[in-house]
Formats: sequence, structure tokens, C-alpha cells
Amino acid sequence: MNRREVLAGIGAAALSAASAREALAQSPRRGGVLTVQLSGEQRVLNPAIRASTGVYIITSKIMEALVDLDAQGKPAPVLATSWEAAPDGKTFTFRLREGVAWHDGKPFTSADVQYTAMEMWKKYLNYGTQLQQYLEAVDTPDPHTAVFRYSRPMPADLLLRALCDLGYIAPRHVFEGTNILENPANTAPIGTGPFKFVQYERGQFVIAERNPDYWRKGFPYLDRIVWRFITDKAAATAALETGQVQTSEYNALALADLDRLKSDPRFTVSSRGLEANAFNNTLEFNCRRKELADVRVRRAIAHAIDVPFFIENFIYGEGKPATGPIPSSSTAFYPGGKPPYEFDVKRSNALLDEAGYKRGAGGIRFSLKLVPIQNGEDVPLLATFIQQSLQNVGIRVEIVNLDNAGALATVYRDWNFDLATGWHQYRGDPAVSTTVWYRSGSPKGAPWTNQYGWQSAVVDKLVDDAATELDPARRKALYADWVKAVNDEIPVWMLTERTFLAATSKKVKNDHNYPRWGSGDWHDTWIEA
Amino acid sequence: MTILLLALRRLAASLPTLFLILAGLFLLLQLAPGDTVDALMAQMGGGDPATAEELRRYYGLDVSALVQLGRYLLRLVRLDLGMSAIYGKPVADVIAERLPVTLLLMGTSLALAFLGGMTLGVIAARTVGRWPDTLLSTLGLVFYATPSFWFGLMGIVVFAITLGWLPSGGFEEVGSGATGLARALDIAHHLVLPTVTLALIFLATYLRVMRTAMLEVMNLDFVRTARAKGLGPTAVTVRHALRNALLPMVTILGLQAGTMLGGSVVVESVFALPGLGRLAYESVVQRDLNTLLGIVFVSAILVILINFAVDLLYAWLDPRIAAGG
Repeated sequence: MNRREVLAGIGAAALSAASAREALAQSPRRGGVLTVQLSGEQRVLNPAIRASTGVYIITSKIMEALVDLDAQGKPAPVLATSWEAAPDGKTFTFRLREGVAWHDGKPFTSADVQYTAMEMWKKYLNYGTQLQQYLEAVDTPDPHTAVFRYSRPMPADLLLRALCDLGYIAPRHVFEGTNILENPANTAPIGTGPFKFVQYERGQFVIAERNPDYWRKGFPYLDRIVWRFITDKAAATAALETGQVQTSEYNALALADLDRLKSDPRFTVSSRGLEANAFNNTLEFNCRRKELADVRVRRAIAHAIDVPFFIENFIYGEGKPATGPIPSSSTAFYPGGKPPYEFDVKRSNALLDEAGYKRGAGGIRFSLKLVPIQNGEDVPLLATFIQQSLQNVGIRVEIVNLDNAGALATVYRDWNFDLATGWHQYRGDPAVSTTVWYRSGSPKGAPWTNQYGWQSAVVDKLVDDAATELDPARRKALYADWVKAVNDEIPVWMLTERTFLAATSKKVKNDHNYPRWGSGDWHDTWIEA
Repeated sequence: MTILLLALRRLAASLPTLFLILAGLFLLLQLAPGDTVDALMAQMGGGDPATAEELRRYYGLDVSALVQLGRYLLRLVRLDLGMSAIYGKPVADVIAERLPVTLLLMGTSLALAFLGGMTLGVIAARTVGRWPDTLLSTLGLVFYATPSFWFGLMGIVVFAITLGWLPSGGFEEVGSGATGLARALDIAHHLVLPTVTLALIFLATYLRVMRTAMLEVMNLDFVRTARAKGLGPTAVTVRHALRNALLPMVTILGLQAGTMLGGSVVVESVFALPGLGRLAYESVVQRDLNTLLGIVFVSAILVILINFAVDLLYAWLDPRIAAGG
């Protein structure tokens, strides 16, 4: 039993008991409108074909996944009520919730699961096509059972954790027989969730309203959720301060404003409820450059950069030096340890000398081209910080400024870079989001994969073994070995470990009460009058 | 009837230019690294190559640039602007949604700037060299030199956050369901800050042009004649000088029509308005060629029309122009 099931099953009586754990003094108010600020629009609002926090923040209230995380970060039932894996790991049986209806009134059945998995996750969903590449079929012995059959063993913990993001179900009867990418339901979603889609005004807002027939009886509390697109960060903060919006998730405000709002009694600024989306500042090395092919040079560069100084002075202390590509919030896999490369200019210089790159004219050893991939406002700051830090050890850095599309093409398709810096976003399980950064063999052009001209048979084997290891303990051990190996070789260096920040009005209650709240369904969220 | 014919002839004459602009822009954008699928990948935080390949095929990017250009022009001949990659709708619909907001915002700001600039320019000219003139000219320059985003944000800080008189952004109250007059008032309420912000930027230009034009006209013979026949200073200014001094103002109005349709990315972003400027910016960032070319196409046509209207206005202000043309 988890918190969300208790809420759903027993209703109001159990609610007060469950809420007590969240130290809630007031009883929930029904009604009201929660307005959310978003900094950009998405092309589709269908989480079954597009995996992105920008899509989830809207659609997760309208559509539902098979599973979601609970307050402790463990997979919990939503549209699936229970699951069972066969001992060989190749068959996975989900029991589905009964009495659930789509917003257009049709019943939700295993046929929807089958269709979504085979036609959407396996064919179109980013990260999903990869996760489900060995999915052979989904059998539907009855309307409330879906059996996933894989041709290779699929670890249960990997599948369940991944399905929180990559397990949203779309209605078969709406999509079947149409061109999935052009279906109007992609921008006017029909789901089973606590809120029904009402209206999408391009460039302005999206509205969803309470679903009176929601399967969690008595929920949701809110009458409406409105998402407003405000691209200018200063204007977004103003909207929050004037009460036009009540919450802003995933670092949509300027870091300076978030820091200022921390001391404003009207708002809570915190990473609580967004822990499931950890991210790192990265530094990628193009090992086709002969200097960077030498691991001593890569290590020297890591030693030359004072990461704690960057965190303290550039990003308002919101983060810590990373100990590897698995963030500490990922308790199922985090191997512990300390940051592999301390700030040590002397050691950096010694390593560069040892590698044979003596200082030449003007104290310069060689020059590198750095391409920032502008995921966030801190990326250009870090690029400048790297430039100045490397200048101190005799490496001249030229920063090549491009917009997002340009930077991705330049780095991952054209390989026209020496260094690149951006973000790595961790998605719950290293096999979903992270090992592709290190595994060799990614086709040219795939963004955020190993395009560095670097390859290690040891790392490749560890990645492959861990992806099919069924025993959670052994899987964790394999990933610990893997972290050690990639920390040692650093084809890409994770400098920081960070979580996103949200700024929320204190009028909003039951907010950020589990690690995926930003991408959650908000069925139990309410707002003070 | 002659006017309509004249308009059509103008339009036909500008077709080759229009074609060159669109083809040139298409080729220019090919030089920018990355395509719309790269932008989408950036937005959704990555994906595997199979997804990317599928999407490239979907957006018609799996063929050479020349074939893409050919397809585009072929569609254009049939007045089909194509599908917007960002919104998954026909570009014509996307632009039609945005055009009213831009026209409203830019129309009111330009009108405000024109009228304000004209009035203040006349005052400055009549008090030339004295303190009102100095004050107005200095203020005008200050407004002209201040970046519009700063004006906008300061307006929000003072009038929305501190005083709470005006909304901090948006085109109208979301989901209020208001119609008719109530809706119009709501929109007007939301547009006060952005309109004033934009108008202040344009105001300085009109003020200075008006002041100079007035000073010039006031020294001409017909003004001296008007004074000599005993007219008061106000009558001279309004009935004789103003109309003649307006010609350069109208010229500027015509020139600014182009800028006007591009919208103001900055003001639209600061006030979260769904205008054409932000759409154009977003199209560039997302490499949405169809939408961008569509905006250029529509803007070009509107600029042609507005300049035509300006020409007619010249003729009305100064009948000699029509006689000569």
C-alpha cells in the first residue's frame, strides 16, 4: 500500500491519516484554479509519443501512465494495479485497473495498452523506442490483463522505473487507423486522468478542468488548471509575484529571481517534488583531437576547474560536485564516493607537462574550441568559467556560440567541436538516459550520446550486462563498476549534480509531495481561497 | 476602380521581389546549422536516431534542399503556405491567429506615437529654444535611447507589482469567458502597458521630425501671408502649417509599417503576447521554415498594401503629388 492507493481506495477518512504524514493542518478545499507558468510551448501534447518534462507538466494531469513513483520514489500503481515478471525476465504481466473510462466515455482496456506500447512507445517515443526495442508483442488475454513479451530479459526495476515517464497510455479508439503523428488528439489530448483537456490557445495558454468521473473517487480538488506560456523570465517572476500564476517548475525562472524569492514569505522555492529529474553540468571531450585522446589531458582539464567555486558563485549554491554520472538522489543505483577530480592547478599543469604539451609562446600549450549547448542560463556562464580556468593552465579556449539546434548539429552530427558543455538529464535508471552517453556504437547524429570518438570494451560490456541483469543487487554492483570505469576515463565529465527548482505560492497545498510532482497528476493538490 | 487597378498593378510588380525574398531566405536558412528535428530533440531532451529519422521523414527533410525549395514554391503557387512544424497546423491558420494581436498592438502604439509625437512636436516647435522645447526634446531622446524591455519591466514593477493597477502580462484574462464589450475592455486593460512601452520608443522619432518640419514650414511664404492677413498663431499652426508639415511624418509611418508587422519580439515576450514577432523568433529557434517563410510572405504583402495606402494619403494631404503622379 502506498500513499496514493490509500487516497484512492478509502477516500476521505483515510485522507486525513495519510495527510498527517505531510504535516497538513488544514482540510483540503474543493475548487479553485491553479495557474502554472511555462517558458515554452511543445509541438505535441501526447506523452506516449514525446518524452519531455515540458510535455509531462501539462499532459500528466490529463493522461495517465501504468505506474508512477510514490512518496519514497518507488514505482506505485496507477493504471496498472499489480505486475509480475516471469523468472526468465522475458514476460511481464500487468493487471489493469477496472472501471476506468476515457474522457470521451469509452472504457479503458488492455487493447489500449497493447496499441500504445506497440504503435507509439516502440515506434515514436523518444527513449521509448530504445527501451522497448526487444518488445515482441503485448498479449491481451482479457480486457484487464496485458502481457509484455520480450526477446531479451528485461529487468523489472528498469522497466517499472522507466514506465513512470515512458508508460503513458493513449486511447486506441482515437488513434487507430489514423496517422499517429497528425492525429488532432496530439494537441487536444484525451486521457483517463483527473483533468479533462478544454482549450489550447497557441502562444497563450492551455486549460484543463476537473474530470467528475475520475476513478479516484472524490478527486481531484481543483476545478481547473491553467498553463500560461510566459517566455521572458523576468515577466514570469512578475506574474508569480502579482498572483497571475501560482507555480513555476523546472527552473523556468531566472536563478537570481529564484534566489530572491527564497526569502519572500509568500513563496516556497525548493527542489522538493522534482527530485526524479536530476541533472548534471557536463564537459564532453572530442577524443578525435589528439590532445584530448590522451586521458591525462582530460584529467588535467578536470583538475583545472574549481567546481565548488562555480556552484557557489554562479548558480547560487544550488548543486554539488558530482561523484559520477549517477546522481545521489538515485538511491537504487548511487554507488557513493567523492568527486573524482579535485581542483588542483599544480596537478593539472604536471599532467599536461607529462603528456608532452609544454607551454609555448605566451604560456599557451594548445587551443580548443568549446561549444555550449544552451540547456539553461548557467551553461554560457560555465563555458566562460571553463575558458578562464583553462587559460590558467595554458589552454586557450575559443567559445563558439550557437542556438540549441545549431549546437546539437555541430556537436553530435558534424563532430565539429573539441569541448562541449551542456546538461545531462538523468531519467530514473542509468539504462534509460545515461549509459548511451558512454556506450560506443551510437549512430552519428544522435544527440546526447557517445559521439566523442571514444570507446572502451570494458565500459561497453558493463553497460550491456547491466541492461539485462535481472537481480537488482547485482545490477547495482555492475553500475558501481561502470561509474568507476567512466570516472577513470572521463570521455565526458559530469561536473555538478543538481535538481531543478520550483517556485510555488504557499497558497498551493499538497504540492511537491512526491519526487515526480512536477510531472505528476495533481489529483490531491488544492489551493487556498 | 482605378485605385483597385493601381493596387493590383503594384502587387504584380512586386511579385518577382517577393519570390526572390522567399527563395533567398530559404537558402539562407539552409546555412544555419541544425534543422527542425535538431531543435525538437533539444526541446525534448534527446531521443534515439530511429525517432529522429522518422521525424525527418515526417517533416520532409529527408530530401535535398533544392527539392525542398521546389516543393515549397510549388505549394506557394497554389497559395498553400504548408504546415507549421511547431504547431502541427497549417501555417495560414497559425498566422491568422497571431495577426490580430500584432495589428492591434502595433496599430495602437503607432497611432499613439504618431498623435503624441505630432502634438509634442508642434509644442516644441512653437516654443523653440525655450524650456518646453528643451524638456520635450531631451525626454524624447531619453525614451528613444532606453531599451524597450527595460521600459516594459519597469512598467510591470510599478503598475502591476507595486500598485496592482494593471495586469503584468497576457492578452486577456484566461478562461474568463467574457464576450463583447467586457472582453474588449479586458483586452484594452491588458494592452495598456505594452502599447505605451512600444509607443514611447516610436514617439521620439515622430516628435523630432514634426518639430523640424514645423520649424521649416513656419518660415515659408504662405505662413507669412496667413499671419499678414491677421490670423491668430493657433489658426496659422493648425490650418496652414500642420497639414504641410505632416508629409514627412506620413513617410515615416509608411517606412515603419514594415517594422510594425515584424512585431516587437521584446515587448511581446515581456508581456507574454501571442504576436507575430514572437512567432517569427520561435520559428527561427525551432528552424520552422514553413512558418518563417509564411510570416515573411504575409508581412511583405501587407507592407506593399500599406505603402500603397500611404501613397494615397500623400495625394490627399498634398493634391500636387497626385497631379504630378
